[in-house]
Amino acid sequence: MATSRRGDARAGAPYRELLSAADVARTVARIAHQIIEKTAFSPENATELVLIGIPTGGAVLARRLAAAITEFTGAAPAVGSVDPTLYRDDLRRRPARALGETDVPDGGLDDRLVVLVDDVLFSGRTVRAALDAVAEHGRPRAVQLAVLVDRGHRELPIRPDYVGKNVPTAHDESIEVLLAETDGRDGVALVAHDAQRDQQGGPA
Amino acid sequence: MRHLLSVTDLDAAAATDLLDTADRLRQALLGREVRKLPTLRGRTVVTMFYEDSTRTRVSFEIAGKWMSADTVNVAARGSSVGKGESLRDTAATLAAAGADCVVVRHPASGAAHRMAHWADRAAKEGVVGPGGPGTATCVVNAGDGTHEHPTQALLDAATLRDRLGGIAGRRVGIVGDVLHSRVARSNVFLLATLGADVVLVAPPTLLPVGVEAWPCRVGAELEAELPTLDAVMMLRVQAERMRGTYFPSAREYAVRYGLSERRAALLPAHAVVLHPGPMVRGMEIAPAVADAPASAVLAQVRNGVHVRMAVLYHLLAGATA
Repeated sequence: MATSRRGDARAGAPYRELLSAADVARTVARIAHQIIEKTAFSPENATELVLIGIPTGGAVLARRLAAAITEFTGAAPAVGSVDPTLYRDDLRRRPARALGETDVPDGGLDDRLVVLVDDVLFSGRTVRAALDAVAEHGRPRAVQLAVLVDRGHRELPIRPDYVGKNVPTAHDESIEVLLAETDGRDGVALVAHDAQRDQQGGPA
Repeated sequence: MRHLLSVTDLDAAAATDLLDTADRLRQALLGREVRKLPTLRGRTVVTMFYEDSTRTRVSFEIAGKWMSADTVNVAARGSSVGKGESLRDTAATLAAAGADCVVVRHPASGAAHRMAHWADRAAKEGVVGPGGPGTATCVVNAGDGTHEHPTQALLDAATLRDRLGGIAGRRVGIVGDVLHSRVARSNVFLLATLGADVVLVAPPTLLPVGVEAWPCRVGAELEAELPTLDAVMMLRVQAERMRGTYFPSAREYAVRYGLSERRAALLPAHAVVLHPGPMVRGMEIAPAVADAPASAVLAQVRNGVHVRMAVLYHLLAGATA
Protein backbone atom coordinates (compact mmCIF):
# COMPACT_ATOMS: atom_id res chain seq x y z
CA MET A 1 0.00 0.00 0.00
CA ALA A 2 1.13 3.53 -0.66
CA THR A 3 3.23 5.06 2.04
CA SER A 4 2.04 8.37 3.35
CA ARG A 5 3.65 11.50 2.00
CA ARG A 6 3.10 14.28 4.45
CA GLY A 7 2.88 17.91 3.43
CA ASP A 8 1.21 17.45 0.03
CA ALA A 9 -1.82 19.41 -1.18
CA ARG A 10 -4.28 17.28 0.78
CA ALA A 11 -2.60 17.63 4.12
CA GLY A 12 -5.19 20.23 5.14
CA ALA A 13 -8.11 17.76 4.83
CA PRO A 14 -7.07 14.61 6.62
CA TYR A 15 -10.57 13.15 6.97
CA ARG A 16 -13.60 13.69 4.75
CA GLU A 17 -16.90 11.84 5.13
CA LEU A 18 -18.09 10.34 1.85
CA LEU A 19 -21.12 8.36 3.00
CA SER A 20 -23.14 8.83 6.19
CA ALA A 21 -24.84 5.92 7.96
CA ALA A 22 -28.05 6.70 6.07
CA ASP A 23 -26.11 6.83 2.77
CA VAL A 24 -24.62 3.40 3.46
CA ALA A 25 -28.08 1.95 4.12
CA ARG A 26 -29.45 3.51 0.89
CA THR A 27 -26.46 2.30 -1.09
CA VAL A 28 -26.79 -1.27 0.15
CA ALA A 29 -30.50 -1.23 -0.71
CA ARG A 30 -29.74 0.10 -4.19
CA ILE A 31 -27.11 -2.56 -4.88
CA ALA A 32 -29.56 -5.21 -3.64
CA HIS A 33 -32.16 -3.98 -6.14
CA GLN A 34 -29.57 -3.99 -8.92
CA ILE A 35 -28.54 -7.56 -8.12
CA ILE A 36 -32.20 -8.64 -8.16
CA GLU A 37 -32.70 -6.98 -11.54
CA LYS A 38 -29.48 -8.02 -13.22
CA THR A 39 -29.63 -11.65 -12.05
CA ALA A 40 -33.42 -11.89 -12.55
CA PHE A 41 -33.62 -13.13 -8.96
CA SER A 42 -36.99 -14.52 -7.91
CA PRO A 43 -38.29 -17.00 -5.32
CA GLU A 44 -38.31 -19.66 -8.10
CA ASN A 45 -34.58 -19.47 -8.83
CA ALA A 46 -33.48 -18.34 -5.36
CA THR A 47 -31.10 -21.27 -4.89
CA GLU A 48 -29.01 -20.19 -7.87
CA LEU A 49 -27.64 -17.02 -6.29
CA VAL A 50 -24.79 -17.07 -3.79
CA LEU A 51 -23.36 -13.93 -2.19
CA ILE A 52 -19.74 -14.46 -1.17
CA GLY A 53 -18.17 -11.78 0.98
CA ILE A 54 -14.46 -11.07 1.25
CA PRO A 55 -13.58 -10.82 4.98
CA THR A 56 -14.11 -8.82 6.95
CA GLY A 57 -15.97 -5.82 5.48
CA GLY A 58 -17.19 -7.67 2.40
CA ALA A 59 -18.52 -10.54 4.49
CA VAL A 60 -20.61 -8.11 6.56
CA LEU A 61 -21.88 -6.40 3.41
CA ALA A 62 -22.77 -9.75 1.81
CA ARG A 63 -24.97 -10.58 4.81
CA ARG A 64 -26.64 -7.16 4.59
CA LEU A 65 -27.24 -7.52 0.86
CA ALA A 66 -28.73 -10.98 1.44
CA ALA A 67 -31.03 -9.56 4.11
CA ALA A 68 -32.10 -6.72 1.79
CA ILE A 69 -32.75 -9.10 -1.12
CA THR A 70 -34.80 -11.30 1.22
CA GLU A 71 -36.80 -8.27 2.33
CA PHE A 72 -37.50 -7.13 -1.24
CA THR A 73 -38.33 -10.51 -2.78
CA GLY A 74 -39.35 -12.78 0.08
CA ALA A 75 -36.67 -15.30 -0.93
CA ALA A 76 -33.28 -15.66 0.70
CA PRO A 77 -30.15 -16.08 -1.39
CA ALA A 78 -27.30 -18.18 0.02
CA VAL A 79 -24.55 -16.18 1.71
CA GLY A 80 -21.03 -17.04 2.80
CA SER A 81 -17.45 -15.84 2.77
CA VAL A 82 -14.16 -16.79 1.15
CA ASP A 83 -10.83 -15.60 2.51
CA PRO A 84 -8.43 -14.75 -0.33
CA THR A 85 -5.32 -14.37 1.85
CA LEU A 86 -3.84 -17.79 1.02
CA TYR A 87 -4.03 -16.89 -2.69
CA ARG A 88 -2.50 -13.41 -2.54
CA ASP A 89 0.44 -12.51 -4.76
CA ASP A 90 2.06 -10.26 -2.14
CA LEU A 91 2.30 -12.61 0.85
CA ARG A 92 6.06 -12.43 0.88
CA ARG A 93 6.11 -8.63 0.99
CA ARG A 94 5.04 -8.39 4.61
CA PRO A 95 4.90 -10.55 7.74
CA ALA A 96 2.42 -13.43 7.73
CA ARG A 97 -1.11 -12.06 7.80
CA ALA A 98 -4.00 -13.22 9.94
CA LEU A 99 -6.46 -15.33 7.96
CA GLY A 100 -10.14 -14.49 7.55
CA GLU A 101 -13.15 -16.73 7.75
CA THR A 102 -14.06 -19.06 4.90
CA ASP A 103 -17.65 -20.32 4.97
CA VAL A 104 -18.98 -21.80 1.76
CA PRO A 105 -22.78 -22.25 2.01
CA ASP A 106 -24.40 -25.69 1.74
CA GLY A 107 -24.74 -26.80 -1.83
CA GLY A 108 -21.34 -25.41 -2.80
CA LEU A 109 -20.70 -23.08 -5.71
CA ASP A 110 -21.00 -25.44 -8.68
CA ASP A 111 -23.24 -24.04 -11.45
CA ARG A 112 -24.52 -21.22 -9.26
CA LEU A 113 -24.24 -17.48 -9.83
CA VAL A 114 -21.69 -16.10 -7.40
CA VAL A 115 -21.66 -12.41 -6.51
CA LEU A 116 -18.39 -11.53 -4.80
CA VAL A 117 -18.81 -8.68 -2.34
CA ASP A 118 -16.09 -6.39 -1.01
CA ASP A 119 -16.07 -3.04 0.73
CA VAL A 120 -13.39 -1.21 -1.28
CA LEU A 121 -12.10 -1.99 -4.77
CA PHE A 122 -8.57 -0.67 -5.30
CA SER A 123 -5.80 -2.51 -7.17
CA GLY A 124 -7.97 -5.52 -7.93
CA ARG A 125 -5.42 -7.90 -6.45
CA THR A 126 -7.65 -9.01 -3.59
CA VAL A 127 -10.44 -9.77 -6.06
CA ARG A 128 -7.98 -11.70 -8.25
CA ALA A 129 -6.99 -13.80 -5.22
CA ALA A 130 -10.65 -14.25 -4.25
CA LEU A 131 -11.46 -15.50 -7.75
CA ASP A 132 -8.76 -18.15 -7.35
CA ALA A 133 -10.13 -19.12 -3.95
CA VAL A 134 -13.69 -19.33 -5.31
CA ALA A 135 -12.53 -21.53 -8.19
CA GLU A 136 -11.05 -23.99 -5.68
CA HIS A 137 -14.44 -24.39 -4.03
CA GLY A 138 -16.36 -25.13 -7.21
CA ARG A 139 -17.16 -24.02 -10.74
CA PRO A 140 -19.79 -21.27 -10.63
CA ARG A 141 -21.95 -20.58 -13.71
CA ALA A 142 -20.72 -16.99 -13.53
CA VAL A 143 -19.05 -14.66 -11.05
CA GLN A 144 -20.00 -11.00 -10.60
CA LEU A 145 -18.49 -8.36 -8.36
CA ALA A 146 -20.24 -5.90 -6.04
CA VAL A 147 -18.32 -3.21 -4.11
CA LEU A 148 -19.41 -0.44 -1.79
CA VAL A 149 -16.66 1.92 -2.97
CA ASP A 150 -14.56 1.88 -6.14
CA ARG A 151 -11.54 4.09 -5.56
CA GLY A 152 -9.75 3.42 -8.85
CA HIS A 153 -6.05 2.62 -9.40
CA ARG A 154 -6.66 -0.82 -10.89
CA GLU A 155 -3.55 -2.89 -11.50
CA LEU A 156 -5.39 -5.81 -13.11
CA PRO A 157 -8.19 -6.09 -15.70
CA ILE A 158 -10.97 -6.35 -13.13
CA ARG A 159 -14.24 -4.43 -13.32
CA PRO A 160 -17.12 -4.37 -10.81
CA ASP A 161 -20.70 -5.18 -11.85
CA TYR A 162 -22.26 -3.22 -8.98
CA VAL A 163 -20.73 -0.09 -7.47
CA GLY A 164 -22.07 1.79 -4.45
CA LYS A 165 -19.96 4.91 -5.02
CA ASN A 166 -17.10 5.82 -7.32
CA VAL A 167 -14.50 7.87 -5.47
CA PRO A 168 -11.53 9.41 -7.27
CA THR A 169 -8.57 9.09 -4.91
CA ALA A 170 -4.87 9.75 -4.77
CA HIS A 171 -2.63 6.76 -4.26
CA ASP A 172 -1.58 7.83 -0.78
CA GLU A 173 -5.12 8.38 0.45
CA SER A 174 -7.13 5.61 1.97
CA ILE A 175 -10.79 4.79 2.25
CA GLU A 176 -12.12 3.95 5.67
CA VAL A 177 -15.26 1.84 5.73
CA LEU A 178 -16.99 1.50 9.08
CA LEU A 179 -19.75 -1.06 9.56
CA ALA A 180 -21.94 -1.30 12.64
CA GLU A 181 -21.36 -5.07 13.04
CA THR A 182 -17.60 -4.65 13.42
CA ASP A 183 -17.00 -0.95 14.12
CA GLY A 184 -20.09 0.14 16.03
CA ARG A 185 -21.39 2.51 13.34
CA ASP A 186 -21.79 2.86 9.58
CA GLY A 187 -19.90 5.33 7.44
CA VAL A 188 -17.33 5.77 4.69
CA ALA A 189 -14.58 8.38 4.81
CA LEU A 190 -11.57 9.46 2.80
CA VAL A 191 -8.41 9.63 4.90
CA ALA A 192 -5.60 11.70 3.45
CA HIS A 193 -2.74 9.85 5.07
CA ASP A 194 -3.07 6.17 5.51
CA ALA A 195 -0.46 6.01 8.25
CA GLN A 196 -3.05 5.60 10.99
CA ARG A 197 -4.77 2.61 9.46
CA ASP A 198 -2.02 0.94 7.50
CA GLN A 199 -2.38 -2.30 9.47
CA GLN A 200 -3.12 -5.45 7.56
CA GLY A 201 -5.26 -5.67 4.47
CA GLY A 202 -3.25 -3.80 1.91
CA PRO A 203 -4.67 -2.65 -1.40
CA ALA A 204 -8.17 -4.01 -1.81
CA MET B 1 8.49 -15.90 14.50
CA ARG B 2 11.79 -17.18 13.06
CA HIS B 3 11.78 -20.70 14.50
CA LEU B 4 9.45 -22.82 16.60
CA LEU B 5 11.61 -24.39 19.28
CA SER B 6 9.69 -24.25 22.53
CA VAL B 7 6.17 -23.41 23.65
CA THR B 8 7.73 -21.06 26.18
CA ASP B 9 8.56 -18.76 23.23
CA LEU B 10 4.81 -18.33 22.70
CA ASP B 11 2.70 -15.98 24.79
CA ALA B 12 -1.07 -16.48 24.96
CA ALA B 13 -1.66 -14.13 22.00
CA ALA B 14 0.89 -15.86 19.75
CA ALA B 15 -0.40 -19.32 20.64
CA THR B 16 -4.02 -18.26 20.07
CA ASP B 17 -2.97 -16.76 16.76
CA LEU B 18 -1.55 -20.11 15.65
CA LEU B 19 -4.69 -21.96 16.78
CA ASP B 20 -6.90 -19.44 14.94
CA THR B 21 -4.80 -19.81 11.80
CA ALA B 22 -5.17 -23.60 12.06
CA ASP B 23 -8.97 -23.17 12.28
CA ARG B 24 -9.01 -20.90 9.24
CA LEU B 25 -6.90 -23.34 7.25
CA ARG B 26 -9.29 -26.14 8.15
CA GLN B 27 -12.19 -23.98 6.93
CA ALA B 28 -10.35 -23.12 3.72
CA LEU B 29 -9.99 -26.82 2.87
CA LEU B 30 -13.37 -27.99 4.17
CA GLY B 31 -15.46 -29.93 1.67
CA ARG B 32 -13.05 -29.40 -1.19
CA GLU B 33 -12.25 -31.96 -3.80
CA VAL B 34 -8.69 -30.69 -4.22
CA ARG B 35 -7.00 -30.14 -0.88
CA LYS B 36 -4.24 -27.89 -2.09
CA LEU B 37 -3.43 -24.26 -1.36
CA PRO B 38 -0.85 -22.33 -3.40
CA THR B 39 0.47 -20.43 -0.38
CA LEU B 40 3.93 -22.01 0.02
CA ARG B 41 4.71 -22.63 -3.64
CA GLY B 42 8.45 -22.64 -4.17
CA ARG B 43 9.29 -23.17 -0.50
CA THR B 44 11.15 -26.28 0.55
CA VAL B 45 10.52 -28.10 3.81
CA VAL B 46 12.88 -30.87 4.91
CA THR B 47 11.87 -33.24 7.68
CA MET B 48 14.89 -34.70 9.42
CA PHE B 49 14.03 -37.47 11.85
CA TYR B 50 16.70 -39.03 14.02
CA GLU B 51 14.00 -40.96 15.88
CA ASP B 52 11.06 -43.07 14.74
CA SER B 53 7.80 -41.30 14.06
CA THR B 54 4.59 -41.93 12.17
CA ARG B 55 2.14 -39.15 12.84
CA THR B 56 4.48 -36.22 13.34
CA ARG B 57 6.54 -36.83 10.22
CA VAL B 58 3.52 -37.70 8.07
CA SER B 59 1.47 -34.74 9.27
CA PHE B 60 4.32 -32.27 8.68
CA GLU B 61 4.75 -33.69 5.20
CA ILE B 62 1.02 -33.53 4.46
CA ALA B 63 0.85 -30.01 5.92
CA GLY B 64 3.61 -28.87 3.59
CA LYS B 65 2.14 -30.60 0.56
CA TRP B 66 -1.37 -29.22 1.14
CA MET B 67 0.17 -25.75 1.01
CA SER B 68 2.21 -26.58 -2.13
CA ALA B 69 5.61 -26.57 -0.43
CA ASP B 70 8.13 -29.09 -1.71
CA THR B 71 8.68 -31.57 1.08
CA VAL B 72 11.69 -33.84 1.41
CA ASN B 73 12.15 -36.50 4.05
CA VAL B 74 15.53 -37.44 5.41
CA ALA B 75 15.76 -40.38 7.76
CA ALA B 76 18.85 -40.58 9.92
CA ARG B 77 19.12 -44.18 8.88
CA GLY B 78 20.11 -44.25 5.23
CA SER B 79 21.63 -40.75 5.24
CA SER B 80 25.19 -39.52 5.83
CA VAL B 81 24.44 -39.44 9.55
CA GLY B 82 25.24 -43.16 9.46
CA LYS B 83 28.69 -42.27 8.11
CA GLY B 84 29.41 -40.05 11.08
CA GLU B 85 28.33 -36.61 9.84
CA SER B 86 27.72 -34.17 12.69
CA LEU B 87 24.37 -32.50 13.26
CA ARG B 88 25.95 -29.15 12.46
CA ASP B 89 27.33 -30.28 9.11
CA THR B 90 24.04 -31.94 8.24
CA ALA B 91 22.19 -28.71 9.07
CA ALA B 92 24.57 -26.61 6.95
CA THR B 93 24.22 -29.10 4.09
CA LEU B 94 20.43 -28.93 4.16
CA ALA B 95 20.54 -25.11 4.24
CA ALA B 96 22.93 -24.94 1.30
CA ALA B 97 20.80 -27.46 -0.60
CA GLY B 98 17.86 -25.04 -0.31
CA ALA B 99 15.83 -26.05 2.76
CA ASP B 100 13.73 -23.01 3.78
CA CYS B 101 12.60 -24.94 6.82
CA VAL B 102 13.99 -27.96 8.62
CA VAL B 103 11.66 -29.94 10.84
CA VAL B 104 13.86 -31.89 13.19
CA ARG B 105 13.34 -34.67 15.68
CA HIS B 106 16.38 -35.69 17.67
CA PRO B 107 17.02 -37.85 20.74
CA ALA B 108 19.13 -35.12 22.35
CA SER B 109 17.30 -32.40 24.28
CA GLY B 110 18.24 -29.01 22.84
CA ALA B 111 19.17 -30.28 19.35
CA ALA B 112 16.66 -27.97 17.62
CA HIS B 113 17.95 -24.98 19.59
CA ARG B 114 21.49 -25.72 18.47
CA MET B 115 20.40 -25.98 14.85
CA ALA B 116 18.49 -22.70 15.01
CA HIS B 117 21.48 -20.99 16.58
CA TRP B 118 23.84 -22.31 13.90
CA ALA B 119 21.41 -21.32 11.14
CA ASP B 120 21.10 -17.73 12.39
CA ARG B 121 24.83 -17.38 12.89
CA ALA B 122 25.64 -18.79 9.45
CA ALA B 123 23.19 -16.33 7.90
CA LYS B 124 24.77 -13.45 9.78
CA GLU B 125 28.19 -14.49 8.54
CA GLY B 126 26.92 -14.61 4.97
CA VAL B 127 27.20 -18.37 4.54
CA VAL B 128 25.10 -19.77 1.71
CA GLY B 129 21.55 -20.52 2.85
CA PRO B 130 18.28 -21.57 1.16
CA GLY B 131 17.82 -18.26 -0.67
CA GLY B 132 21.51 -17.57 -1.29
CA PRO B 133 24.24 -16.18 0.96
CA GLY B 134 23.00 -14.64 4.19
CA THR B 135 19.60 -16.34 4.29
CA ALA B 136 18.67 -18.62 7.15
CA THR B 137 16.79 -21.86 7.35
CA CYS B 138 14.02 -21.83 9.94
CA VAL B 139 13.92 -24.68 12.40
CA VAL B 140 10.87 -26.41 13.82
CA ASN B 141 11.34 -28.64 16.83
CA ALA B 142 9.43 -31.88 16.22
CA GLY B 143 10.60 -33.40 19.49
CA ASP B 144 14.00 -33.11 21.15
CA GLY B 145 14.81 -35.83 23.66
CA THR B 146 12.78 -35.44 26.84
CA HIS B 147 12.58 -31.66 26.41
CA GLU B 148 9.82 -30.33 24.15
CA HIS B 149 7.40 -31.14 21.35
CA PRO B 150 5.69 -27.81 20.69
CA THR B 151 3.48 -28.77 17.73
CA GLN B 152 2.06 -31.68 19.74
CA ALA B 153 1.06 -29.28 22.52
CA LEU B 154 -0.48 -26.93 19.95
CA LEU B 155 -2.52 -29.72 18.37
CA ASP B 156 -3.66 -30.87 21.81
CA ALA B 157 -4.70 -27.31 22.60
CA ALA B 158 -6.55 -27.11 19.27
CA THR B 159 -8.37 -30.36 20.08
CA LEU B 160 -9.31 -29.19 23.58
CA ARG B 161 -10.54 -25.86 22.25
CA ASP B 162 -12.70 -27.67 19.68
CA ARG B 163 -14.16 -30.16 22.12
CA LEU B 164 -14.52 -27.99 25.22
CA GLY B 165 -15.21 -24.62 23.59
CA GLY B 166 -12.19 -23.05 25.24
CA ILE B 167 -9.11 -23.70 27.34
CA ALA B 168 -9.03 -20.96 30.00
CA GLY B 169 -10.37 -22.26 33.29
CA ARG B 170 -10.60 -25.90 32.11
CA ARG B 171 -8.89 -28.58 34.18
CA VAL B 172 -6.63 -30.97 32.31
CA GLY B 173 -5.03 -34.06 33.85
CA ILE B 174 -1.79 -35.44 32.40
CA VAL B 175 -1.21 -39.01 33.48
CA GLY B 176 1.75 -41.36 33.28
CA ASP B 177 5.40 -41.13 32.31
CA VAL B 178 5.89 -37.39 32.76
CA LEU B 179 9.64 -37.83 33.32
CA HIS B 180 10.42 -38.97 29.79
CA SER B 181 7.64 -37.06 28.09
CA ARG B 182 8.41 -33.99 25.98
CA VAL B 183 4.67 -34.01 25.20
CA ALA B 184 3.84 -33.53 28.89
CA ARG B 185 6.40 -30.76 29.31
CA SER B 186 5.20 -28.80 26.28
CA ASN B 187 1.56 -29.31 27.25
CA VAL B 188 2.01 -28.16 30.85
CA PHE B 189 3.59 -24.88 29.76
CA LEU B 190 1.33 -24.18 26.79
CA LEU B 191 -1.92 -25.06 28.58
CA ALA B 192 -0.87 -22.95 31.57
CA THR B 193 -0.11 -20.04 29.21
CA LEU B 194 -3.61 -20.44 27.78
CA GLY B 195 -5.13 -20.35 31.27
CA ALA B 196 -5.87 -24.02 31.92
CA ASP B 197 -5.50 -25.63 35.32
CA VAL B 198 -3.11 -28.57 34.82
CA VAL B 199 -2.78 -31.57 37.15
CA LEU B 200 -0.09 -34.23 36.81
CA VAL B 201 -0.68 -37.77 38.04
CA ALA B 202 2.29 -40.12 37.84
CA PRO B 203 4.30 -42.66 39.79
CA PRO B 204 6.72 -40.64 41.96
CA THR B 205 9.62 -42.28 40.09
CA LEU B 206 8.31 -40.89 36.78
CA LEU B 207 8.07 -37.24 37.86
CA PRO B 208 11.01 -35.05 36.82
CA VAL B 209 13.21 -33.23 39.30
CA GLY B 210 12.04 -29.63 39.60
CA VAL B 211 8.40 -30.36 38.74
CA GLU B 212 7.36 -28.14 41.68
CA ALA B 213 8.53 -25.16 39.63
CA TRP B 214 6.20 -26.04 36.73
CA PRO B 215 2.94 -24.10 36.39
CA CYS B 216 0.84 -27.08 37.49
CA ARG B 217 -0.17 -29.17 40.47
CA VAL B 218 0.85 -32.77 41.20
CA GLY B 219 -2.14 -34.91 42.14
CA ALA B 220 -1.91 -37.98 44.29
CA GLU B 221 -4.60 -40.42 43.24
CA LEU B 222 -5.91 -40.79 39.71
CA GLU B 223 -9.37 -41.80 40.89
CA ALA B 224 -9.70 -38.75 43.12
CA GLU B 225 -8.79 -36.40 40.26
CA LEU B 226 -10.84 -37.94 37.43
CA PRO B 227 -14.31 -36.60 38.46
CA THR B 228 -12.96 -33.01 38.45
CA LEU B 229 -11.28 -33.10 35.02
CA ASP B 230 -12.50 -31.61 31.75
CA ALA B 231 -9.87 -33.59 29.88
CA VAL B 232 -7.37 -36.32 30.61
CA MET B 233 -4.24 -36.89 28.59
CA MET B 234 -2.74 -40.37 28.88
CA LEU B 235 0.99 -40.65 28.20
CA ARG B 236 2.81 -43.63 26.77
CA VAL B 237 5.33 -45.32 29.04
CA GLN B 238 8.55 -44.67 27.13
CA ALA B 239 10.30 -47.97 27.68
CA GLU B 240 12.96 -47.07 25.09
CA ARG B 241 14.18 -44.16 27.24
CA MET B 242 14.24 -46.10 30.49
CA ARG B 243 17.51 -47.32 31.85
CA GLY B 244 16.64 -49.04 35.09
CA THR B 245 13.37 -49.84 36.80
CA TYR B 246 10.79 -47.16 37.46
CA PHE B 247 7.88 -49.38 38.49
CA PRO B 248 7.57 -53.04 39.53
CA SER B 249 5.77 -54.38 36.46
CA ALA B 250 3.72 -53.34 33.44
CA ARG B 251 0.73 -54.99 35.02
CA GLU B 252 1.07 -53.02 38.23
CA TYR B 253 1.45 -49.79 36.23
CA ALA B 254 -1.71 -50.55 34.27
CA VAL B 255 -3.63 -51.30 37.46
CA ARG B 256 -2.55 -48.10 39.21
CA TYR B 257 -2.23 -45.56 36.37
CA GLY B 258 -4.02 -47.04 33.36
CA LEU B 259 -7.30 -45.55 32.12
CA SER B 260 -9.58 -48.56 32.39
CA GLU B 261 -13.25 -48.54 31.46
CA ARG B 262 -14.17 -48.37 35.13
CA ARG B 263 -11.93 -45.33 35.65
CA ALA B 264 -13.09 -43.61 32.46
CA ALA B 265 -16.63 -43.82 33.86
CA LEU B 266 -15.52 -41.55 36.71
CA LEU B 267 -14.91 -38.67 34.26
CA PRO B 268 -17.66 -36.08 33.79
CA ALA B 269 -19.87 -36.73 30.75
CA HIS B 270 -18.33 -33.87 28.74
CA ALA B 271 -14.72 -34.85 29.43
CA VAL B 272 -12.30 -35.60 26.58
CA VAL B 273 -9.69 -38.36 26.52
CA LEU B 274 -6.45 -37.51 24.72
CA HIS B 275 -3.40 -39.59 23.87
CA PRO B 276 -0.46 -38.28 21.85
CA GLY B 277 0.14 -41.72 20.36
CA PRO B 278 1.44 -44.22 19.76
CA MET B 279 -0.93 -45.93 22.20
CA VAL B 280 -0.02 -49.10 24.02
CA ARG B 281 -3.49 -50.53 24.46
CA GLY B 282 -4.00 -52.34 27.73
CA MET B 283 -1.06 -50.54 29.34
CA GLU B 284 -1.91 -46.86 29.81
CA ILE B 285 -5.29 -46.97 28.09
CA ALA B 286 -7.92 -49.71 27.74
CA PRO B 287 -8.92 -50.51 24.12
CA ALA B 288 -12.59 -49.72 24.77
CA VAL B 289 -11.65 -46.29 26.19
CA ALA B 290 -9.38 -45.51 23.26
CA ASP B 291 -12.24 -46.20 20.84
CA ALA B 292 -15.06 -44.57 22.84
CA PRO B 293 -16.73 -41.33 21.64
CA ALA B 294 -14.98 -39.37 24.42
CA SER B 295 -11.63 -40.29 22.87
CA ALA B 296 -10.23 -37.56 20.65
CA VAL B 297 -7.18 -39.53 19.52
CA LEU B 298 -7.94 -39.37 15.80
CA ALA B 299 -9.19 -35.77 16.03
CA GLN B 300 -5.77 -34.98 17.50
CA VAL B 301 -4.08 -36.43 14.43
CA ARG B 302 -6.29 -34.45 12.07
CA ASN B 303 -5.78 -31.24 14.05
CA GLY B 304 -2.06 -32.00 13.90
CA VAL B 305 -2.08 -31.44 10.15
CA HIS B 306 -3.87 -28.09 10.47
CA VAL B 307 -1.70 -26.89 13.33
CA ARG B 308 1.46 -27.79 11.40
CA MET B 309 0.09 -25.97 8.36
CA ALA B 310 -0.41 -22.94 10.60
CA VAL B 311 3.17 -23.17 11.87
CA LEU B 312 4.58 -23.45 8.35
CA TYR B 313 2.34 -20.57 7.25
CA HIS B 314 3.63 -18.30 10.01
CA LEU B 315 7.25 -19.26 9.40
CA LEU B 316 7.33 -19.34 5.62
CA ALA B 317 4.46 -17.43 4.01
CA GLY B 318 5.35 -13.89 5.00
CA ALA B 319 8.36 -11.74 4.38
CA THR B 320 11.47 -13.18 5.97
CA ALA B 321 12.66 -10.82 8.68
